Amino acid sequence: MVENIDPSMVHWARAQFAMTAMYHWLFVPLTLGLSWILAFYHTIYFKTGSEEWRRLTKFWMKLFAVNFVIGIATGLILEFQFGTNWSNYSWMVGDIFGAPLAIEGIVAFFLEATFFAVMFFGWNRVSKGFHLFSTWMVAAASSLSAVWILIANSWMQYPIGQVFNPETARFEMESFFTVIFSPYAINKFVHATSSSMIMGSLFVLSVSSWFLLRGRHVLLAKRSIVVAAIFGLFASAFTIFNGDESAYEIAQVQPMKLAAFEGLYEGERRAGLVAFGIINRDKQVYDEQEAFVGRTLQIPGALSLLANRSIDSFVPGMKDLVYGNAEENILGSAQKMYRGKQAVASLNALREARANGDAEAAAVHLAEFNQFKEFLGYGYLDRPEDAIPPVALTFNAFHIMVALGTLFPLIFLAYLYFSYKGTLETRKWLLGFGTITYVLGMIASQAGWIVAEVGRQPWAIQGLLPVTIARTNLTTGTVQTTFFLFLALFTLLFLAKISILTKQIIIGPEEK
Amino acid sequence: MIAFEYTTLQHLWWLIVAVVGSLFLFLTFVQGGQSLLWQVAKTETEKNLVINSLGRKWELAFTTLVLFGGALFASFPKFYATSFGGAYWVWMLILFSFIIQAVSYEFRKKPWNIFGSSVYEFFLFINGVLGILLIGAAVGTLYTGANFVLDANNFVTWTHPYRGLEAVFSLSLASVFNISLGLFLVFNARTLGAMYLVSNIELGHAPEMAGRLRAACRLNCLISLPFLLVIVGSLLFMRGYGIVDDQGTIESISFKFLRNLIANPWLILLLVGGVGLLLVGAWKTSIVGETRGIWFSGPGTVFIGLTVFLLPALNRTPFYPSLADPQSSLTIYNASSSPYTLTVMTYVAMVIPLVLAYISYVWWLMDRKKMTIEDTEDRSSY
Repeated sequence: MVENIDPSMVHWARAQFAMTAMYHWLFVPLTLGLSWILAFYHTIYFKTGSEEWRRLTKFWMKLFAVNFVIGIATGLILEFQFGTNWSNYSWMVGDIFGAPLAIEGIVAFFLEATFFAVMFFGWNRVSKGFHLFSTWMVAAASSLSAVWILIANSWMQYPIGQVFNPETARFEMESFFTVIFSPYAINKFVHATSSSMIMGSLFVLSVSSWFLLRGRHVLLAKRSIVVAAIFGLFASAFTIFNGDESAYEIAQVQPMKLAAFEGLYEGERRAGLVAFGIINRDKQVYDEQEAFVGRTLQIPGALSLLANRSIDSFVPGMKDLVYGNAEENILGSAQKMYRGKQAVASLNALREARANGDAEAAAVHLAEFNQFKEFLGYGYLDRPEDAIPPVALTFNAFHIMVALGTLFPLIFLAYLYFSYKGTLETRKWLLGFGTITYVLGMIASQAGWIVAEVGRQPWAIQGLLPVTIARTNLTTGTVQTTFFLFLALFTLLFLAKISILTKQIIIGPEEK
Repeated sequence: MIAFEYTTLQHLWWLIVAVVGSLFLFLTFVQGGQSLLWQVAKTETEKNLVINSLGRKWELAFTTLVLFGGALFASFPKFYATSFGGAYWVWMLILFSFIIQAVSYEFRKKPWNIFGSSVYEFFLFINGVLGILLIGAAVGTLYTGANFVLDANNFVTWTHPYRGLEAVFSLSLASVFNISLGLFLVFNARTLGAMYLVSNIELGHAPEMAGRLRAACRLNCLISLPFLLVIVGSLLFMRGYGIVDDQGTIESISFKFLRNLIANPWLILLLVGGVGLLLVGAWKTSIVGETRGIWFSGPGTVFIGLTVFLLPALNRTPFYPSLADPQSSLTIYNASSSPYTLTVMTYVAMVIPLVLAYISYVWWLMDRKKMTIEDTEDRSSY
């Protein structure tokens, strides 16, 4: 099973998936967040009948549409990339992973596609009530689609509700409800959608601030800001509260990821949370180098509190998780690998016995396999240290995300405060900063996914299936070719989108 | 939960996949319309009418394709893994043609779109012709087979250097069959596209284009028929593979698809009915001068599609035969998800009628009034 692995093919396939996902995530948060803001604007228009609110709604809808289509284009590739570059993965976990993807199509995509057309083109074709209903349906459908894809993603991080079937050599679903109501999935959904709502709000803030700086569409900009800032503030509260919940979840099910994004090599009690530090990129888990370059600023005990809800609790470091820690009763990847290799050997022996028609031997090997099957994935690792994700990238992405995420509610508060005082237009410094906040939001959001996915390495499915096994049997050259084709195409389309969006913003809303 | 028989579930899910695939083939009127754009629309106004008319439906076709992939992933993951990972280049080219479609409607007429409208129109043309041709060829391999071997873990190794493109680029009867199926779908999509546009656009606003559309409907229908004849003729004589014993051994069998037809005579009715409806629709649109031809040809295409997807899977036939190692061939029995997952998905699938209902309602609501020039002049139009 592990023969003929070309590691550079796996790297390129990962790079391709990462690139596609990151491009996708440049557009999707805006769709997710802005769709709800549109629904609010449209509702206000419906209630007041004011022409001004109609123009405002239509203007943001226009920008929404330009962004929406490119999210669809990149999303298509993501779905099929599981098959093209990760076909072993598709076979081994398709029984579980395929279901949420199909359900997403059935319950969310059609709703989105159908009502998007009504929202966008229905101004003179359907009743005002049905038109408003359609706008709300677009918002609901985009969040619904997030539900299902995040269930799928969460299952990769925390694979519950499944069992390995040695007959078919794949993982099979045991409980659908365990999969869909996984606490990890619920957290992830709340975190991803609420942070996307922040993104939608930041987008409105950025564009509106630019209008105010130029003294154009002043009323429209101010009205847009008030709704967006309130919405963004609520979303921020959810995001931060839920970020804490997510960290707790990760500590319980992916302790290695937590250790990596905190740069924690040696486990400790009363572990501190790094508020600021420069990670040492050369540090290896087995050497004695310092984890950080220079001094770090830490909040004492905060990591223990975050990870286990108890300030005195032990948070395992990467060393504990690789080499084990008998005192704290932690099994290291070294020990897990040993058991995993036994599971692999039993599985092969089981097959051979079956092929020879030796039922007795088959029963013995099956029993052996069952004893070690939870470590099967570790059987495919080469070295215990391979269980560690790239530490520096995970650490930096996590800290950038948290820092920016803390900044955003302050920005929303500032906008609301000056709007309330009626002096927003004179606060040029705030408006100037406001125009770039959307870019900051984008950075935070991308960083969040880097933490989630790079932090999961080397696993495609946490603990069960390493990326080296999950890949398709392709040459490096083939994957490189499609990587650069996608890169070129996405980049060109992205530039076209930015250009069109800029022009649409410059043109502004329709004339009265 | 009710425990369904495993084989019942497997048949049911192949049927669901076939229905979604067939509905997609009907919705390829969008792609057909795209490929007709330069031919039928000579003025900017005519172009705008065509693009805006198709633009109300492109997402529906696109979403159906996505669901087709998703449904295959959930219900027949071994096919998803084997075909997408194996026949790599065919699927990649298909995907490329759909990426460029997705942005083209929205970006085509917008100021500062960098590449100019004709590039986006060209994207739509590529999607309309190449995308459908390759999808047809890929579907053709359900009959003619593909070059792969599965190991003990069911991991795929492709045995042909073209990685799927051999379906169209090898000098063989199989390629002729695959290309014929692809070309039939391309020209059928164009026939349907012309019909849809005739039914959807206020023709009084573009009387000259109306004539061109009706002529295009006639011509493309006529061109598509010989390809259909090649396909049906081949099917009557082609060898295929079959499961020959209870261990699932697969062997080559002469006249396999003819045998399948005889074993399931209702497929003959489906095919003949489908072709009949297709011709009636084309006749009504192009000769009689009616606007509702698509009401016949649409369902006709769905019936033909159902035959195309069901014939290679029923009657103990491997729906994705391996030419390199027949025992690696995929059947609905060895390629499906577990009984548990198929049962869960069957419950989920019960919402599909509801989905079809609201799509139909909104379609009716939005298309009661035909597409007019005013609709194309709004700033939010395509």
